[in-house]
Amino acid sequence: MNSPLTHLQRLEAESIFILREVAATFAKPVMMYSIGKDSSVMLHLARKAFHPAPPPFPLLHIDTGWKFRDMIRFRDETAKKYGFNLLVHTNEEGRAEGVNPFDQGSNLYTRIMKTDALKAALTKHGFDAAFGGARRDEEKSRAKERVFSFRNQNHAWDPKNQRPELWSLYNTRIAPGESIRVFPISNWTELDIWQYILAEKIDIVPLYYAARRPVVERSGQWIMVDDERMRLKPGEAPQERLVRFRTLGCYPLTAAIDSSATTLEEIVAEMLLARTSERQGRLIDHDESGSMEKKKREGYF
Amino acid sequence: MEGTIALDRAAVEKLLSGTEDQSLLRFLTCGSVDDGKSTLIGRLLHDSKRLFEDQILTLERDSRKWGTTGGDMDFALLVDGLEAEREQGITIDVAYRFFATDRRKFIVADTPGHEQYTRNMATGASTADLAVLLVDSRQGILTQTRRHAYIVSLLGIRHVVLAVNKIDLVGYSQERFDEIVAAFEELTADLGFATKVAIPLSARFGDNVIAPSPNLAWYKGPALLDYLETIDVTEAEAGKPFRFPVQWVSRPNLDFRGYAGTVAGGTVTVGDEIAIAASGQKAKVARIVTMDGDLPDASVHQAVTLTLDREVDASRGDLLVAAEGRPQVSDQIAAHIIWMSDEALLPGRSYLLKTATRTVGATVSELKHRVDVQSFQPHAAKTLTLNDIGFANLSLAEPIAFDPYDENRTTGSFILIDRFSNATAAAGMFRFGLRRATNIHRQALTIDKAARADAKGQRPAILWFTGLSGAGKSTVANLVEEKLHLMGCHTYLLDGDNIRHGLNRDLGFTDADRVENIRRVGEVAKLFVDAGVIVLVSFISPFRSERAMARELVGAGEFIEVFVDVPLAVAEERDPKGLYKKAREGGIKNFTGIDSPYEPPVNPDLHLDAAAEMPEAMAERVLAYLVSRGYAGSHRR
Repeated sequence: MNSPLTHLQRLEAESIFILREVAATFAKPVMMYSIGKDSSVMLHLARKAFHPAPPPFPLLHIDTGWKFRDMIRFRDETAKKYGFNLLVHTNEEGRAEGVNPFDQGSNLYTRIMKTDALKAALTKHGFDAAFGGARRDEEKSRAKERVFSFRNQNHAWDPKNQRPELWSLYNTRIAPGESIRVFPISNWTELDIWQYILAEKIDIVPLYYAARRPVVERSGQWIMVDDERMRLKPGEAPQERLVRFRTLGCYPLTAAIDSSATTLEEIVAEMLLARTSERQGRLIDHDESGSMEKKKREGYF
Repeated sequence: MEGTIALDRAAVEKLLSGTEDQSLLRFLTCGSVDDGKSTLIGRLLHDSKRLFEDQILTLERDSRKWGTTGGDMDFALLVDGLEAEREQGITIDVAYRFFATDRRKFIVADTPGHEQYTRNMATGASTADLAVLLVDSRQGILTQTRRHAYIVSLLGIRHVVLAVNKIDLVGYSQERFDEIVAAFEELTADLGFATKVAIPLSARFGDNVIAPSPNLAWYKGPALLDYLETIDVTEAEAGKPFRFPVQWVSRPNLDFRGYAGTVAGGTVTVGDEIAIAASGQKAKVARIVTMDGDLPDASVHQAVTLTLDREVDASRGDLLVAAEGRPQVSDQIAAHIIWMSDEALLPGRSYLLKTATRTVGATVSELKHRVDVQSFQPHAAKTLTLNDIGFANLSLAEPIAFDPYDENRTTGSFILIDRFSNATAAAGMFRFGLRRATNIHRQALTIDKAARADAKGQRPAILWFTGLSGAGKSTVANLVEEKLHLMGCHTYLLDGDNIRHGLNRDLGFTDADRVENIRRVGEVAKLFVDAGVIVLVSFISPFRSERAMARELVGAGEFIEVFVDVPLAVAEERDPKGLYKKAREGGIKNFTGIDSPYEPPVNPDLHLDAAAEMPEAMAERVLAYLVSRGYAGSHRR
């Protein structure tokens, strides 16, 4: 009588189980909200998991001060639309000292404005579990990480000593000060995410759609000049190009691609024909091959 | 360009139109070290054109830096994502990779071959429907091949592919292939696999991975990918009884009470009569709620919220089941266990058992045997150490509802968690209940603990004195008892040495016997508390876990841990019974502080400095504690 669940329905159900498991077993969970497409899907899943009640945890955005303006606008609209309790944390010390992606370089900048800020925010609020929207198909150290990823008192990941994780029996026990990072969409691929956004009509930041935007070319990639703080090199002049983003982060560190895809269908079609991975557009991943693992051991998501 | 994604417009159209009906296959690769598991997956990803250009560039760069294949691309580097793995050229933890062909989507778990990482292999296997077991053609079946085949079978995987790898290194020999297949047939004869197929291949050179190879013209079967795309692994779900572990009770307002969870077996339809397994209470399903609207029915794997037509007592951990078709309910269950902790299993020690959404205290009451992975034969064993597999009786703090693992993977599986390190110590599979706990009703007594205690004008409790031999535990406990007696309190003193002459005279001093020793004393102390008595326990009790177990036997505020703290050097110098001297000379084995550990309390209720204070002063402190908290003195009421 019942037809078996489709691939996306199975993924959805698995994610909902994980979201509920955290809410039921942790004292103070929080959902990291990065405003990107994966966060949008995770948020949608959280609404489904607890319906008719609202999700029983706040959202936390680590604002580096260098996000695209469209992202911040979308963030505030989304929180308002669904009545979420949105917490925004910025490393004020870093901001006061003028830490930026140009002078400090992407590595140091990311550590101060993202990793350190994240750790400080989690510690300040005493969150014992934090949801992240990372997927295993994104990057090879993420492919190794558990769904419930244990972090010690310093928020560090020990990749050589992860807890066994069998079936869907997640070990949620921790000592005071320790925490767990939870990845409800671990088993989703980029294609799954887009197909789901399409099927569920999930709102996403307009930057994912192609539009004429002011960009400059840097090492063969298009970097958008989102505000007046973008440092132009001598002789460099922004040009208008029809571009969009496959992934979103801090605007000086996130490359756009040439694209004319202005609908979800066109985005999915373009993605299916893509010859490069989405992380190609993320400058911070390219510093060296093991850089994501290194960042995670320092406490990065 | 070679190795890049090549989907045509037609496939895109199909995906967009939602007519795509690809099934999903979850499988793992396993087998011994260096049999080429990671290389095989890298080859599958590469040859099925699932790699992006930037990933190939990274792979080329990494191969030059870390590669173990001369100048060629080292495909293992696609999956060995941890730095330690790349440095050592081995797989430490399971990696999950995703790829798809026109026919199917795949999630593959690449698992480590080293024995020390068996738990990571089991992690990858627990969610798979098929196992690709690799062997190196030159090596044939090794101990790890046998171990992995056994674990795969134990975890209920019904389909296995034997990938006879590195066939190029034995000259593509059919004879060698046939030899290995014969050995494999013998090995798996009793492992209960529904399908078995053997494929000769070379992961490094791609022979028979995605397409048949001219080098293996004698082989008439399918290439690996072809087989993985077509094998049917669906289990007959029809007719299985409804199972629904309550995960979360949703109460957004006074008018709504929903039980959120994931269907773990069977189907449920609005109007169905269901029962709460443990209590037997019944109700009918009123609504099946989702954000996309109410559903008429829900089936296995679906995450929904149920409302019932009447008030019942159900919360997280309860199992809602078909009224007809109940699970077993028991607090004594036989199970297979895979031990995953560096700390050995101690029968009698209390662990936390998590099954579905329920967590209860549990001890291994009897270890029946350990399985020898070489012969698959049972061997008598006192304990299980890292990566051992055993069969045991479990004793739970409360009865739970469960199914045998073969009938339901969700309600039949469990993990054991160490109460102190919080480590996942073991994974297990329920086999059968040893007796139906529902038939053994606890006798409800008219006179209870409170009534007995009131009659004596005291609050019953266990005063648990712990510390090294020679710290002065018994001396202090004696003094405290004298003082309590003078105040008219009803007391009893359980002393380690005395108990060992009677109740526990069958126990020695191994870790396992120490655990049992304390378990029995804890139970006896509990009976005294139940009788309204203030009971003083004077035992070295070196392990935190057992002291915690004793604490949990009684109610809150009924266990007072008194740490009689003395440095080892001081205790050894005092040596009132001459035991330290004997132990140092090797005359006593497993002596606490010498060759057996003492785990001091982290947060004792009373901490006595026995090196600095006299026994009389320490006894006064204990007494003051009892009086100030109303256990003794100032006749209450």
